[in-house]
Amino acid sequence: MSFLTIQDIHHTYFSNQTAATALADISLDIEKGEFVSFLGPSGCGKTTLLSIIAGLFPPTSGKILLENKPLDADSDTSIGYMLQQDYLFPWKTIEENILLGLKLIKKDEGLERIKTLKLLSDVGLGGTGKLYPRELSGGMRQRAALARTLAVDPKILLLDEPFSALDYQTKLKLEDLVFETLKSFGKTAVLVTHDIGEAIAMSDRIYLFSPNPGRVHKTFEVPDELRGLMPFHARNHPQYPILFQTIWKELESLEY
Amino acid sequence: MNIEQLHKQYKTSLKKENRLIRLYQILIFLVFFSSWELFSRMEWIDPLIFSSPSKVWQLFLQKLADGTLLSHSGVTLFETVLGFIIGTLLGTILASLLWWSPRLSKTLDPYLVILNAMPKVALGPIIIVAFGPGFPSIISMGAIISIIITTIVVYTAFREVDPNYLKVLQTFGATRTQAFREAILPASFPTIISTLKVNVGLSWVGVIVGEFLVSAKGLGYLIIYGFQVFNFTLVMLALMIIAVFATIMYQLVELLERKLIKD
Ligand SMILES: Nc1ncnc2c1ncn2[C@@H]1O[C@H](COP(=O)(O)OP(=O)(O)O)[C@@H](O)[C@H]1O
Ligand SMILES: [Mg+2]
Repeated sequence: MSFLTIQDIHHTYFSNQTAATALADISLDIEKGEFVSFLGPSGCGKTTLLSIIAGLFPPTSGKILLENKPLDADSDTSIGYMLQQDYLFPWKTIEENILLGLKLIKKDEGLERIKTLKLLSDVGLGGTGKLYPRELSGGMRQRAALARTLAVDPKILLLDEPFSALDYQTKLKLEDLVFETLKSFGKTAVLVTHDIGEAIAMSDRIYLFSPNPGRVHKTFEVPDELRGLMPFHARNHPQYPILFQTIWKELESLEY
Repeated sequence: MNIEQLHKQYKTSLKKENRLIRLYQILIFLVFFSSWELFSRMEWIDPLIFSSPSKVWQLFLQKLADGTLLSHSGVTLFETVLGFIIGTLLGTILASLLWWSPRLSKTLDPYLVILNAMPKVALGPIIIVAFGPGFPSIISMGAIISIIITTIVVYTAFREVDPNYLKVLQTFGATRTQAFREAILPASFPTIISTLKVNVGLSWVGVIVGEFLVSAKGLGYLIIYGFQVFNFTLVMLALMIIAVFATIMYQLVELLERKLIKD
């Protein structure tokens, strides 16, 4: 029995003129505490799959089970979702943004509040609580978005290309921070990316997707030597370029 | 050449320009009123129809002293402010309902188009028959003229809110009410404020036309009365007071806008 089970997911987007199949035959299992990546060119259904896992809409067919129970998105905060951009609410202070999830379930007072505000210093944003998002840099805002996602203590985190809008240096630093934070909280995470290096540096397992319709083309286990390392150091490990080459060749073969 | 000196030069030239503009503005004001006075005295324009600034001023003092001006202005101001508030409020509420139920909004769409295209003041006589010739009718006129356009503009703003904000809320398990309160309404705030500015102007139109029709009290009544007894000094006086009040109201809304929208 796995922590997160994805069973025979198919998804087709319907419109008046077209029926576009975005996902076919997706089945995979993720264990508690694992960090996995969905890697693939854009348009191969990664965001669609993540949205289905998050319960934003139901799949055309198939099942998602978290700890053997189907998900009920409306009354559940067991899934945290982080988007490509931070989507902090510009009219709320950082503190109000971070407390948003708890406010919605009326738990933004007392101990919970203090715990959440401590998260802010965990992601290196201590003292910015009273500022507005526009007063923070892109990297800082994405860290605030991470804290907002973690505040409701989700069982699993879904990260949809959360670093792709950032400059390279900020991205590398943030990879380390996210990695370290999620490990220290023992979170399970799914990262969507089109960056091979990022997938290798951060995850335990990589699912390579192929397009038209989106399928799992191949699965790569990241070697133990790399898993334990912080992403920045993993990128400098001799094993890193080997896996990079393997995945690169596989991606190339997809294009024909 | 040093930066500080250049900056000073730049600032003085800016100040000079501003002073020049202000001078031109005052000049226009003076030329307008003095030529009006002059033309009227020389009878180049008919003083009976166009009156003159001095006569308007005298009438102003006289009406101010006997208290009638204050009571008429008060009535109109009260009706306009109330019509404006009711129109904006109802329009926003209607927009919220449309956002709430996409089916309702699709169903009502053609009716909104018709109602929006329709000149609302044409409904005046019907409103007066329905609510009687008094305050309620005139306030309704002030409100009805801005409801539909407010509904359309605010509803459009609601729909243009970035769906990713809703996605964030949805992953937190937010209900539709919560999504409305946390994202839709605050994100559309700037649009709502900007419709306020449009609605100020519209409410004046509705109320003045309403007063024309009811013809009992207010600045609109003074215009109609002055017209009927051929006292155009009174008409001019009423017009100027309307111009002053409408400007003040518009400025107040702008002030509110600056206070509420900090960024
Ligand atoms: N809301 C939608 N309606 C119709 N088609 C969609 C919608 N969202 C995505 N698609 C299509 O589904 C496919 C997968 O999209 P997406 O999941 O966004 O891929 P990725 O995240 O891997 O880039 C694409 O071909 C895209 O055009
Ligand atoms: Mg995507």
